[in-house]
Amino acid sequence: MIADFVSFYLMPGIVLGCIYALGAVGLTMLFGILRFAHFAHGDVMTVGAYVAFVGVGLGLSAYQSIPLAMLVCAVLVLAVDRAFYRPLRRASPIVLLISGFGVALMLRAAILFFFGPDGGVYEQGIRRPMVFPTEWGRFRIQERHLWIIGGAVLIALALHLFLTRTRLGKAMRAMSDNPDLARITGIPTERVIAITWAIGAATAATAGVFLAIDTQFNPLMGMNMLLPIFAAMILGGVGRPWGAVFGGVVLGIAEELVAAPIWGGEPLISPAYKVGLSFAVMVVLLIFRPTGLFKGQS
Amino acid sequence: MSVLEVTEIFGGYGGADILQGASLRVAAGQVVVIIGPNGAGKSTLMKAVFGLVRVRQGAIRLGATAITNLAPDRMAQHGLAYVPQERNVFVSLSVHENLEMGFYSRRGSPRAATERIYSLFPDLAAKRKQPAGSLSGGQRQMVAMGRALMLDPQLILLDEPTAGLSPKYMDVIFERVRAINESGTAVLMVEQNARQALKIAHHGYVLQTGRNRIDDTGANLLANPDVAQMFLGA
Repeated sequence: MIADFVSFYLMPGIVLGCIYALGAVGLTMLFGILRFAHFAHGDVMTVGAYVAFVGVGLGLSAYQSIPLAMLVCAVLVLAVDRAFYRPLRRASPIVLLISGFGVALMLRAAILFFFGPDGGVYEQGIRRPMVFPTEWGRFRIQERHLWIIGGAVLIALALHLFLTRTRLGKAMRAMSDNPDLARITGIPTERVIAITWAIGAATAATAGVFLAIDTQFNPLMGMNMLLPIFAAMILGGVGRPWGAVFGGVVLGIAEELVAAPIWGGEPLISPAYKVGLSFAVMVVLLIFRPTGLFKGQS
Repeated sequence: MSVLEVTEIFGGYGGADILQGASLRVAAGQVVVIIGPNGAGKSTLMKAVFGLVRVRQGAIRLGATAITNLAPDRMAQHGLAYVPQERNVFVSLSVHENLEMGFYSRRGSPRAATERIYSLFPDLAAKRKQPAGSLSGGQRQMVAMGRALMLDPQLILLDEPTAGLSPKYMDVIFERVRAINESGTAVLMVEQNARQALKIAHHGYVLQTGRNRIDDTGANLLANPDVAQMFLGA
C-alpha cells in the first residue's frame, strides 16, 4: 500500500514538481528583473525538448543533450530579447504581455514547421523500474526519475550559490528588489537582464528535456506547462526563486496526490481533472493572497 | 576648484519646467545645503544633476566633465553618488550585500571599503548579515549612505537624509555627514531641518520656484533674518 503510494503517486509527483520548479524559477526571476510575465516561457521549454531530440539524433543521450539545449535556448532567447522585448522595455505591461504571446506563437510555429505536429519520444520501448523489496512492500522506482530529481536539485543549488555568492547574482537580486536604485548604484542593468534571460532559458530548456524524458515531446507540451508554472510562481511569491521551486514541487506532488486512491480506494478527484488543480490554486491565491505564500511582488 | 558646477538649468518631468534657471557650485571639500519651501524644486535639482530629470537648457559639470543628461547608471563611473530620499536600500539584501552593490562599478575587492563604512557607521557592523528591510529608519539611512560611499565618490548627493527620523538619529546623521566631508568627500544636501543643516554647511542656497533666491555661506544664512523668518522657525 505505502509502497504503491510512493511508487505510483509520490515519486511521479516529485518528478513533475521538479519540472514545474525548473520552469517556474526562470519565470519568477524574469518577472523580478523585468516586471514581465513571459508568456513564451513554455514554448522555450518545447524548443529545449526538440533541441535534445536533435542531439539524440546526432548520437548523444538525452541527458548529454541538455547542455546543448541550454545553450541553444539561451542564445535564441537573447536574440528574441534583442529583437522583440528590448525595444519595448519601457512599454506598458500589456504590450509586453502581447509581445510575449506573439513570440510564443512564433516558436510554436517554428517547431511545427521543422518537426511536424506529431511529437515523439527520445527512446523507444518500455523501461522497467528498479524494484526495491522492503518490509513495507515493493518500491518501484524509474531510474529516469532519479536523474530528473538529481538534475533539478543540482540546478537549484547552483542557482542558489550564484544568487548568494557571486557579484552578478547579488546584482540580480538587487535589481529584482529595486530596479531604480540598481541603476542609481551603477549596476549594469542590461547585463543583468541578459544573464537573467540566459538562466531563464537554460532552466526552461532543462525542464523541457526532463518532461520529454519522463513522458514525450510534442509541439504543445510547453504551452500545457504554462498554467502550472505560472501557478507555481504565484504560489511561491512572484520574484522569489526559492518560492517558485517550492511552489513547483508542491503543485507537482498535489496534482498526483489528488488522483491517488487514498480515501477508501477512490481518488479524491478524477485523474482527468488533475490539471485543473493549478488553475484552482491560482484563482484562490489571486483572490486571497496575491503576493503568494512568501510575500513576493504583486 | 569646483567639484560641481550647475549653470542656469531649466527642466522638469516633461510638463512645465520645475527648474527655472537654478545654478549652484560645490567647491572641493565643501558641504553645500539647498533649502527652500515645498515645491521649490530642491529634490528636482538633485535629480537633474544625477540625470534622473531631463535638463532642457543649461549645463552641469562634474569637475572637468560635462554630465548634463548623462544616464544615471553612468554617473557612478564619474565618481558621483546619490542617495534618494525614499526606497534607498535594497530591502531584501543584507546590509553587507547592500554595501557590496555600492562597489559594483569599482574594481578589486570591496573589503577595505566595507571596513571603512563599518568604522564610519559602527551600528551597521553588528547588523551586516541582516536584511536591510529589517532595520530602523535611521539605520536604513546609514546603509543608504554607506552604499553610496562605497564608490569613494568625489561628491555625494543626499536628498533629505534626516526626513522622518527621530531627533536622536537626526543628530547622528548630521554628525556623520560632517565626518564624511572631513574625510574628503564633497556633499550636496537637500534638507528640511534647515538650521541643523546650515550649521555644518560651508555654503547654502535658498531655492524658490526653481531658481536661486539667496546664495551665501552657511553661517551668513543662519544669521540672515529673512531666512530665519522663512525657514528656521524663529
